[in-house]
Amino acid sequence: MTQAVEAGRPLLAVDGIKLSFGGVDAIRDVSFDIVKGEIRAIIGPNGAGKTSMLNVINGFYHPQAGSVSFKGKTRRRIRPYQTARQGIARTFQNIALFKSMTTLDNIMTGRLTRMKRNIFWQAVHLGPARAEEFEHRAFVERIIDFLELQHIRKTPAGRLPYGLQKRVELGRALAAEPELLLLDEPMAGMNLEEKRDMCRFILETNARFGTTMALIEHDMGVVMDLSDRVVVLDRGIKLADATPAEVRADQRVIDAYLGVTRH
Amino acid sequence: MNAVYVFFTQPFQQMAADFPLFFAEVVISGILAGMMYALVALGFVLIFKASGIFNFAQGVMALFAALTLVGIMERFGLGPVPAIALTVLVMILLAWLIERLVLRHLVNQEPIILFMATIGLAYFLEGVGDILWGADVKALALGLPRGASPWAMDNLGLYVEQLELVAAGTAGILVVVLAVFFQKTTVGRALRAVADDHQAALSVGISLHTIWVVVWSAAGIVALVAGIMWGAKSGVQFSLSLIALKALPVLILGGFTSITGAIVGGLIIGVGEKIAEIYWGPVIGGAIENWFAYMLALVFLLFRPQGLFGEKIIERV
Repeated sequence: MTQAVEAGRPLLAVDGIKLSFGGVDAIRDVSFDIVKGEIRAIIGPNGAGKTSMLNVINGFYHPQAGSVSFKGKTRRRIRPYQTARQGIARTFQNIALFKSMTTLDNIMTGRLTRMKRNIFWQAVHLGPARAEEFEHRAFVERIIDFLELQHIRKTPAGRLPYGLQKRVELGRALAAEPELLLLDEPMAGMNLEEKRDMCRFILETNARFGTTMALIEHDMGVVMDLSDRVVVLDRGIKLADATPAEVRADQRVIDAYLGVTRH
Repeated sequence: MNAVYVFFTQPFQQMAADFPLFFAEVVISGILAGMMYALVALGFVLIFKASGIFNFAQGVMALFAALTLVGIMERFGLGPVPAIALTVLVMILLAWLIERLVLRHLVNQEPIILFMATIGLAYFLEGVGDILWGADVKALALGLPRGASPWAMDNLGLYVEQLELVAAGTAGILVVVLAVFFQKTTVGRALRAVADDHQAALSVGISLHTIWVVVWSAAGIVALVAGIMWGAKSGVQFSLSLIALKALPVLILGGFTSITGAIVGGLIIGVGEKIAEIYWGPVIGGAIENWFAYMLALVFLLFRPQGLFGEKIIERV
């Protein structure tokens, strides 16, 4: 996997990002890149600005300064549905599923960016749009098999246990065949077995489809196992940017996590 | 217990036994009137489902659509079919303008602010309708059948208003079309997604702007149908916009988020108020039809605030 990092060009680069809400600085001057094919972890204590960073990348927040470039193109102001269409998919820290829709329908919405027929054909549901829907349906069935969700295909997402909801959310993101997948604490609140399953799915996705990922995670063991490179944020500043082993040995990172008094 | 029986059950049993035809007529006219209410409620449900906005302007949209239809027919001398097609285009244009000029700027605002915006919209549309097409009462000459249905009269001996039959049939077709649209099509799935979770919808590439134009267009077309039916019944005039008030109890009964609820709520209120008027009217002193729906809604709010088909509001603590 590290070969991929050395060989690859950056798929996404953030440069000098500054983001504040009112008087509070969430991110102050952070730069890093994500190389094609790698799993990039973003870690840091609570309030470090990790989720804000993902929100900047996928267009929910607009930074006051700095630039984001994706696939070599620098962008300024962009809306989240546009980043989705460019190939960035994501999951959310506190799960954002369509609760009244079935697992199958939830994952089908992930295919929307891949549908080519215009809105008129999609609305009348005739001829070409219908044929297209069947094709996408077949793709979604493969994802359902891959993530082992067959037994809950027709269950409304809102009724699923927490761990399965997270998995359906991953399925929805994968359905878009994203070039960059943002995972916001994919294992938060899971038990050991669920965590192990999720790790397996993440690694397998990366290996089988070469999907580039950025993930936020608190469990250091998981970060060590999964990621190729790690960015450490603390109070909106980048503390470190290195391999997992280097990061774990970094005194500043240890201090940040243990809360050593600053001067 | 006896008093309850005497008041709530006995009169119906007696009437149904003594005057079965009359009883059937009352129920049928109640069902048909209920479908007309449901037609208005449907427009509210569409917009509320997709955006959580209670659209105060729905009634005025029905008035505006009917005014535009009559105006186009009178001014340009067009037949009903091309005039209706043109009016549909006008309603779609209106939806696009509302999204562009109002909703787009109020994204992420509190629901109450959006509600206020629709109140503003209601008065604005009323004014525009006035300026464009004049304020006098107009007859809607679409050639819809009026009076008693001869078939029902001859075969069943029942008086059934033809216009109401047409309205009920149209409402039924509209509901089926909307249900298929919501459940089976790609856009329908996107609409349901937006209704469930805005953030998640954005993250899978759904443009809220496009969805809003689609929903408001659909609500505009439903408003046009409601405007046609009510306009044909009692003329196209300002009071048409007040039918929106009748839709409120329907929504409270059926639930704000359910299309089925709008229909069932409409039927309960339609039948309920007709029966109440005729059987309890003499006891209480008449004019029950004016307040029965609101009273029923109030009782409902006490026992089932989410309505018959609404989603139950569960907050996890």
